Amino acid sequence: MAEHVVATDPAVPETHAHGDDHHSPEHIKREMRVYLYVLGALAVLTAATVAARFYLHLPTGQAIALALAIASIKGFLVAGFFMHLLSEKKLIYAILILTVVFFGILLWLPVHEVIDKF
Amino acid sequence: MDGHLVTADAHGHAAAAHHDFEIPFTVHPRPDTGIYNGKLGIWLFLASEVMLFGALFSSLILIRTSAPVWPRGWEELHVVPATVNTAVLILSSVFVVLAWANLRLGNEKAGRGFIAATLLCGFGFMGIKAYEYSLSLGHGHFPKTNNFFAIYFTMTGLHGLHVLGGMIVFAYFLGPGWKMWHTERARFTNRIEIVGLYWHFVDLVWIFLFPTLYLL
Repeated sequence: MAEHVVATDPAVPETHAHGDDHHSPEHIKREMRVYLYVLGALAVLTAATVAARFYLHLPTGQAIALALAIASIKGFLVAGFFMHLLSEKKLIYAILILTVVFFGILLWLPVHEVIDKF
Repeated sequence: MDGHLVTADAHGHAAAAHHDFEIPFTVHPRPDTGIYNGKLGIWLFLASEVMLFGALFSSLILIRTSAPVWPRGWEELHVVPATVNTAVLILSSVFVVLAWANLRLGNEKAGRGFIAATLLCGFGFMGIKAYEYSLSLGHGHFPKTNNFFAIYFTMTGLHGLHVLGGMIVFAYFLGPGWKMWHTERARFTNRIEIVGLYWHFVDLVWIFLFPTLYLL
């Protein structure tokens, strides 16, 4: 589902991908069910994040790792399903790869500084 | 200049227009990129937003690891309202994607209802955030108090401004912007997808802000 233009509504022109079912009402309704499953997963993971803080009593390092791991899973669900990054065009992936590289550098700079202290 | 501009229609075909300019590829994907222009634009914008928030997260790491003592977020801040806000924002993300899906199906009423629900969630988020700020300020915690509160107010304040920006766009689409649904449905639906991508990004930032500031 890369470029989304209404194709199920007869008032709207279908633009591409003739023959694929990405714009069929059945496909869209299937997607809507998936969104609700993702909502459920996000709710459970949010509760898990808070519960881990107050019930697991982990050392700081482990607590940070766990909280960021859960946040990353939630981020994957939002980006993958709500932002449709699981099935995007190559150009979007190229933009994001470049972004991730520079974002990584931004985060690496302070981490590098911390590592140098020890 | 004789007042005639050479423009391109939604298919990218050149066409003569009189005193108006039609933005090309607002509905149909460009053949070379495979996506319509608005979508490419919002992703480029979101890439710049990643760097903006990335710089702040980078600063947070540096300030936190350099500090001899760092306050515990769950002791200084208010976890319950923040958890509720997380749920509200996640719910709003689902609403906006359901609005878009319903508009693709041609369901105007449901689409409009879900956009209104998204806007309502935005108001809910901002209201809870204001309550939370009032609690912090009431306890004498200001941005000048220490580095923890400086970065807390900076990051949540900037995030709140992004929520406000999204709310303004949703309010526009619910109001005067809805006219386009009756004239150019595909273009309008694409607009909802674009604002939806922005809204999901705002949700995504909060997903990382919440544990980083409140729970660690």
